[in-house]
Amino acid sequence: MKSIAELEEIRKKTLEEISMRKNKNGMRVVVGMATCGIAAGARPVMTAFLEELKTRNLHDVQVTMTGCIGVCRLEPIVDVIDTDGNKVTYVKMTPEKARRVVAEHIVNGRICHDLTIGAAEKE
Amino acid sequence: MQIYRAHVLVCTGTGCTASDSERVISELEKQLQEKQLTNEVKVIKTGCFGLCHQGPIVVVYPEGAMYSTVKPEDVPEIVEEHLLKGRIVKRLLAGDKTAEDVAKSVENVGFFKRQKRIALRNCGIINPENIDEYIAFDGYKALAKVLTEMKPADVINEIKKSGLRGRGGGGFPTGMKWEFAARTTGDKKYVCCNADEGDPGAFMDRSILEGDPHSVIEAMAIAGYAIGADQGYIYVRAEYPIAVKRLRIAIDQAKKYGLLGNNILGTGFNFDLELRLGAGAFVCGEETALLASIEGRRGEPRPRPPFPAVKGLWGQPTLLNNVETYANIPVIILKGAEWFSSIGTEKSKGTKVFAVGGKINNTGLVEIPMGTTLREVVYDIGGGIPGGKKFKAAQTGGPSGGCIPASHIDTPIDYDTLTALGSMMGSGGMIIMDEDTCMVDIARFFLEFTVDESCGKCPPCRIGTKRMLEILNRITEGKGEEGDIEKLERLAKNIKAAALCGLGQTAPNPVLSTLRYFRDEYEAHVRDKRCPAGVCKAMISYMIQADVCKSCGVCARNCPVGAIEGERKKGPFVINQDKCIKCGACVEKCPFNAISKNV
Repeated sequence: MKSIAELEEIRKKTLEEISMRKNKNGMRVVVGMATCGIAAGARPVMTAFLEELKTRNLHDVQVTMTGCIGVCRLEPIVDVIDTDGNKVTYVKMTPEKARRVVAEHIVNGRICHDLTIGAAEKE
Repeated sequence: MQIYRAHVLVCTGTGCTASDSERVISELEKQLQEKQLTNEVKVIKTGCFGLCHQGPIVVVYPEGAMYSTVKPEDVPEIVEEHLLKGRIVKRLLAGDKTAEDVAKSVENVGFFKRQKRIALRNCGIINPENIDEYIAFDGYKALAKVLTEMKPADVINEIKKSGLRGRGGGGFPTGMKWEFAARTTGDKKYVCCNADEGDPGAFMDRSILEGDPHSVIEAMAIAGYAIGADQGYIYVRAEYPIAVKRLRIAIDQAKKYGLLGNNILGTGFNFDLELRLGAGAFVCGEETALLASIEGRRGEPRPRPPFPAVKGLWGQPTLLNNVETYANIPVIILKGAEWFSSIGTEKSKGTKVFAVGGKINNTGLVEIPMGTTLREVVYDIGGGIPGGKKFKAAQTGGPSGGCIPASHIDTPIDYDTLTALGSMMGSGGMIIMDEDTCMVDIARFFLEFTVDESCGKCPPCRIGTKRMLEILNRITEGKGEEGDIEKLERLAKNIKAAALCGLGQTAPNPVLSTLRYFRDEYEAHVRDKRCPAGVCKAMISYMIQADVCKSCGVCARNCPVGAIEGERKKGPFVINQDKCIKCGACVEKCPFNAISKNV
C-alpha cells in the first residue's frame, strides 16, 4: 500500500519524465541535424547531450533538433537557449565538448566562450 | 531513468483505432528502430483528442506539433524529417492547411482555441494505461486531500457549492444527490457509475473512460467517502471494448497501489470497485433499470419514488452518477468550488462535453463552457457546414431531446435555455443538420430508435410510440391524412404523462420539437404530398431534361436497377418511373447536369 508521501514521490518522478508535455520553462539545446550536421557528426553530439543530462538528472532541459542554418562548414552546430531566450551558438561540436557545455553552461551558467561561433570566426 | 528528447503521442481511442492508428504505431516503432532512435524518442498510446474526423491523430512533443489523418505511409516522412532533422512536416499538420499561418501546435488549432477542457483535461496528454502519468498530473491528490483534510460533510458542501449538475441528461444538482445518499441510513451503501452511454451519436463518456479512466475511479472513491459507501460498481456497455479494457487495467493498478481496497493511503478508509458489463439495451441507461441489471435481473425500470438514494442496489442507499459528472469531481476538490462556479452561466456551472456530428466539418468531441452559443460551436469550433450549405437545426439530447432551429442559433447553451427551447442537454450528443435534412424524417428516425429500445413494460411507451411511428411512416411515404398531425400531438401528450420511466416520457420529444419549429414541413408532407427538403423518396422523382441530355448513356450504365432507357447518340434518355428507386446515382454521374430532382 502506498502512503501519501509515496504518492507525491511518484508524482514528482513521473512529472519529470513527462514534463515536456506540460511546461516549457527549462533551457533548450537545439542541435543542427540537417544532412550537413549529420555528416559532420551531430548524432553522437546529441546522444552525448542526452546522456550527460541523464547522469546529472536535468529533466527540464529540452533537446530538440533543427535544420541547416547555412554555415555548414562549422557543423555540428548547437544552440543553447536559456530561460530568458538568450541564445549561444556553439560550433564544431564533439561529444566531449557537449559534456563540457552541459557542465559549464547549463549547470553553472558559464558560457564556454572558446567554443562559440564568435571564437571560431576569429581564427 | 531514460531521458527522451521527444514524445510521440498517438491516439488509441475508438475513433482513431478505427482509422488504423495501431498500424501507425507499429510503423513508427519499426522506423524508430531502423533509425536507432528508440533511446531518444518515446512512443505513447493516449486517449481521444476530440478531432475524430481527422484521425489518426499524432502529436509530437516538445514542439506540440499535431499531425492529422496520419497514414502508415506518412510515418517514414515524420521520422526522417521531424524526429531526425527537426523539421515539422507541414503538409500533415492539423487545421486549415490553406491558411497562411499553419498552426504548429495543439494550442493553435482553431478547434481547440475556444474549448475549456476540464472533464477531458488528461485525454490526449497522458497514457491511460499508466497510473503514474495520471498521478503526475495531480491524480489521486484530490482523494488524498479529501481523506486527510475534509469531513464527508465538507466534501458534499464543496460539491453543492460548485453548482455541478448531472451530466447524464437530467441535470439534477450533484451535491444534493450526494447529500440524500449520505443522509439515508443503511447496512451498506453503494456508489455506482452510469457508463451505459446509448444516445445515437454520443461518445463523450467512452472517450473519458478510454483516455482518463483513473479520473472516474478517483471520483467514485471520493463519493464513497462522502456518503459512507465501501463498494462501487461501474456499469459499462460491452460495446465499448477499449474502454472496458482500460478500466480493467486502471482498477488493477489502483488496487496494486492501495488506492482501492482496504485502508486507502493509510487512513482507514475502505473502498472497492467492480465492473459490470451491459448487453447494450438503451433502457439500461435509466437508473432503476441499470441497478436491476447490476443485480442480475432483467433491465426494466420501476416507478420512483423510492429513489435509488433511498432504495437502490439490493434495497440499499445507492448513489448513481454519470461518467462525465465524476470526471469533474477531482478538479473541483483540488481547485475549489469557487473556481468551478466561476465558469458557466448562473444556473449551469462548469463545462459540457458535446459529441458533435452530422453535417459539420469538424466532427468530434468538444468541451465548452456553459453559455457558449450554438453559433460558436457550429462555425468557430465546428468549422461550419460542408459545401457551404445553410444551417437548419441542431439536434441535442438524442432520442429524448429535440431540435434547435436556425432562428435560435445565438442562444447560449445551458440546461435551462435548452429546456425552454423544447430540447434538452441530454448526455451531450449534438447532430448538426443542413438545409437538405427533412425534419419529419429526423423525427421518424429517433422514434424508430425508441420503439426498438422500448423495454415493453408499460403500455404508453410500448404501444403509444409504435402508433406514433406508424403515423410518421405513413406521412413520410406520402400517405398522410388530414388529422394525422393532431393525432400525433394527442398521442405525444398522453405518452409523456403516462409512461413509467424517462425513456417513455421523453420519447415524443423529437416529434413535438420538430412540430413546434417545422410544422409547415409536416403540413407539406400531409397536404401537398411534398417533401420540401427532397429526402422522402415517395415524394420525389428524377427527370432527364431532354434538351440538355447529350445521350451519352453514362446514367444508364450507372443505374443500379436498369431504370434508364435509351440508345447512345440517338436522342435523349428517359427514366422509367416505375423501376426507379430514387437513389440519385444518375444525378451524380451525369456530366452535363441534365438530370433534375423534382421535389
